[in-house]
Amino acid sequence: MSAAPQKAKAGAEKIDVTVSAVVPLNELVTRFEFKAKDGRDLPTFSAGAHTVVQMNDQGRTRLNPYSIMSDPADTSHYAISVRRDDEGRGGSLFMHRNVKVGDEMTITFPVNLFSLDLRARKQVFIAGGIGITPFMAMIAQMERLGGQWELHYSVRTEALGTYVQELSYKHPGKVHVYYDDQSQAIALEDLLDGQPLGTNVYVCGPKGMIDWVHATASAAGWPDANVHSEEFTKPQPGKPFQVRLCKSDKVIDVGEHESLLEAIERSGVEAPFLCRGGACGQCETDVVSFDGDFIHRDHWLDDDQHANGSKIMPCVSRFVGKSLELDR
Amino acid sequence: MTIQFNEETFRDDYSFHNSDWAIKRFPFPFHEDSYMYAVNMEQHRGGPEGSVYEKRFDVDEHYVSEMRDRAMVLADDPLRCQSLPHMTLAGWDLLELIMVSKSEDYPDLFELHRNGNQWRWVNKPLGIDDTFTFLDETTLPYGPMEYITRQAQGDFCVLDQRDDMLWMDAGMVTTQADWSLDFDIGMNFFEWHAPVPLAHEMGIFKRALKFLLNIQQGAPARRLNWTMTVNPLLDTSPENYHKWGIQKTTLTPENIGAKQHLRVELQTFFRLPRSNALVFPIRCYLCSFQDLMTMPKWGRRLHRVVRDLPEELATYKGFIDNRPMMLDYLSQFDDGLPTSRGVWPDLDTEPALKKSS
Amino acid sequence: MIADAEGAEAILELAAQDPDLMTKSHIIFIPKGTNYTQALRDLKPAQFYEGPSYEAAVQRIRHVLAEAKMGLQVYLTGTEGLMGQAQNEAMQAGIPHSAIQTEHRGSVARRMQCVHCKGITEDVITDPFVCSHCGLNLFVRDHYSRRLAAYQGVCIDAEDPGNVPEPQELYT
Ligand code: HEM
Ligand code: FES
Repeated sequence: MSAAPQKAKAGAEKIDVTVSAVVPLNELVTRFEFKAKDGRDLPTFSAGAHTVVQMNDQGRTRLNPYSIMSDPADTSHYAISVRRDDEGRGGSLFMHRNVKVGDEMTITFPVNLFSLDLRARKQVFIAGGIGITPFMAMIAQMERLGGQWELHYSVRTEALGTYVQELSYKHPGKVHVYYDDQSQAIALEDLLDGQPLGTNVYVCGPKGMIDWVHATASAAGWPDANVHSEEFTKPQPGKPFQVRLCKSDKVIDVGEHESLLEAIERSGVEAPFLCRGGACGQCETDVVSFDGDFIHRDHWLDDDQHANGSKIMPCVSRFVGKSLELDR
Repeated sequence: MTIQFNEETFRDDYSFHNSDWAIKRFPFPFHEDSYMYAVNMEQHRGGPEGSVYEKRFDVDEHYVSEMRDRAMVLADDPLRCQSLPHMTLAGWDLLELIMVSKSEDYPDLFELHRNGNQWRWVNKPLGIDDTFTFLDETTLPYGPMEYITRQAQGDFCVLDQRDDMLWMDAGMVTTQADWSLDFDIGMNFFEWHAPVPLAHEMGIFKRALKFLLNIQQGAPARRLNWTMTVNPLLDTSPENYHKWGIQKTTLTPENIGAKQHLRVELQTFFRLPRSNALVFPIRCYLCSFQDLMTMPKWGRRLHRVVRDLPEELATYKGFIDNRPMMLDYLSQFDDGLPTSRGVWPDLDTEPALKKSS
Repeated sequence: MIADAEGAEAILELAAQDPDLMTKSHIIFIPKGTNYTQALRDLKPAQFYEGPSYEAAVQRIRHVLAEAKMGLQVYLTGTEGLMGQAQNEAMQAGIPHSAIQTEHRGSVARRMQCVHCKGITEDVITDPFVCSHCGLNLFVRDHYSRRLAAYQGVCIDAEDPGNVPEPQELYT
């Protein structure tokens, strides 16, 4: 199939960085800044992009995505803002408690799943709480492009209004802030009413807010394609599970944060792949026997193959249950 | 190695030719003795030394002449290069990608000196030494995409990514296998692929699109496609089909070895950082049948592939009428021996052609 | 709502289903020789305009779209040529094509672009046909461009000059 098969250089899409600043902003939110370890500029990114920060938490690897909030035109550093989540799985706590200036960390190349529609006649940003971060970069980009925008930003209290002062000072008239504790709320219907044709709305915040914006816009006759959202979901790892590789006669454990493919590779067994994204079909592997349920996440196998458990795509799919044997 | 650039033409007297070096590194696209559409994508992170896969943007002996041909096509028909207004930023992304890649990969041919947004670009083969302000269009003679793709072999489609879809919103297309940028601009991935037979039913485009949407910065990908062209004509455009179509009827058993070319496209995919657009460079390589036949394995294999290719594909690729004559010619180079797997010519290990008596 | 010729019938049907709709509607109608104008006027739309041709109406369409606000619903009905061109205007104004409703009525004629000279030939009903600009004999492809609001016409006798099959009526 391939012209010149190439193994990926493992980890090539990762960047080694040094923490260059840790700036507490308020009780809950701290900004972290990274510079490339080799002193060069970091890769250029587009507003709305995120990076996945790898944390080494006492032998456990944690991978959390954060929006890059710094100005895309300035690649001397990346900035992220992390809200401490005392109930979460611990990534944000680790960042707040353990990460210090000068620490070395690994982050991924920027990935953008929340990009600006550059055709838009006007951009309307709606942020809730820490959902402000992607808009910090978007605003910087819009200011440079000279495009029309406005921000509607809802925060709990003045004290927790991350970047409120900076934004209001720099962009009076474009930034509208709403304080929960003063019973202020975004008047969404009015806000959507009367926007020029070709306006795009972007929302980032809690799930309830995102659903509300989508539903309200839709009821006002807005096309779905003009409403964009990014939800703060945690990465979806899976429960650890065990697999027997028949051909190589090995039993391996797949950890919470690694893919089955990575676990196979870690055990020293050669496995084919190209995309590592469930699309190319290269890693297709026959199932010898199983007792349990597959979590298929690929776009390659068809519904029948998913249902009958004859094959699995180890780059993205997982398994829960008693036992799984693969022909590998 | 410094490249010796050919003095050659891709029209009129067709003085195009491949050196032994170029034949050996020709991206022969068939890894087995048959061919069918597939989601044949892999990572684009280098390849064997000297191969066309090694560098991000391959530069070869045809560079200077291809760029001259492109300039002629554009002079005749400026609509071959178009960019919708929202794609200018992606154009700058592409300019940066090509300048950085070429200056790093071919330091003897290209230089990029950056001081903030003041850039100096030196292109020695084309004799260009320009200073401009990055992201300021008024400092370049053309838009950023046109400027840089007048200096880069192969066609370029720049795709905007919106609503989980790719949109062909900009491009430089002068060496295409019979499709029109002017017609296709603004279309989405499924729309511009609509004329392709069989692949839709096979689900290929659905899967390919998912893959492309997920291509990430720093992790480019590539694939090969191929077709057939009579005479080494780069500009097989629909726009000019009423002029070049007739050339397909000039094949004879005597001239087919020299005139009939296998046309291979090395297609690569890069995520562009500022715009989040995707660029799709389509690099075209031509090789005459007679040059291909100098590699015994390729001779055997090409015969079998052409012979067994489904009719729909031979029709779509435009050589159904000439297929019998091609097979007459190619069968002389197929002695029935098995071929080794993979695309490489394996000259040292594959047996020479057994002459039938 | 933008309609031509038999597209009027689609609007009349819509109005019959939902009479309230008309109080908010702006109808732009090109009769193309039909006589639906009075019936449409009788629906009492908020605004009504009759244009002699699409070309004459297009300035008005652009103006309406430029002034419009998000939430505007666009409904196009009639010939493919009209729907395609008006859809293009609406897309230029910022409405995604997926949010534009269309209903084909009347003639099945195609609007064709000659890929060679780029000229548009309107109301093509046979395959092959002669380009009204450069005179080449073109065959009718299914490949459609929303931006041009046209199908693609390609020279049919390039490889065998003069060998042009008898034109067949489209869709027969
Ligand atoms: C986003 C990047 C891509 C662009 C801009 C692109 C563009 C095109 C165009 C313009 C054509 C000619 C269609 C015509 O006849 O008018 C074509 C053909 C085709 N494309 Fe793509 N394509 C892309 C990606 C892919 C990918 C990833 C695949 C993977 C399977 C693919 C598979 C094909 C095939 C099989 C054909 C038919 C080629 C032949 O038989 O000669 N394309 N493509
Ligand atoms: S590696 Fe591509 S599907 Fe798994």
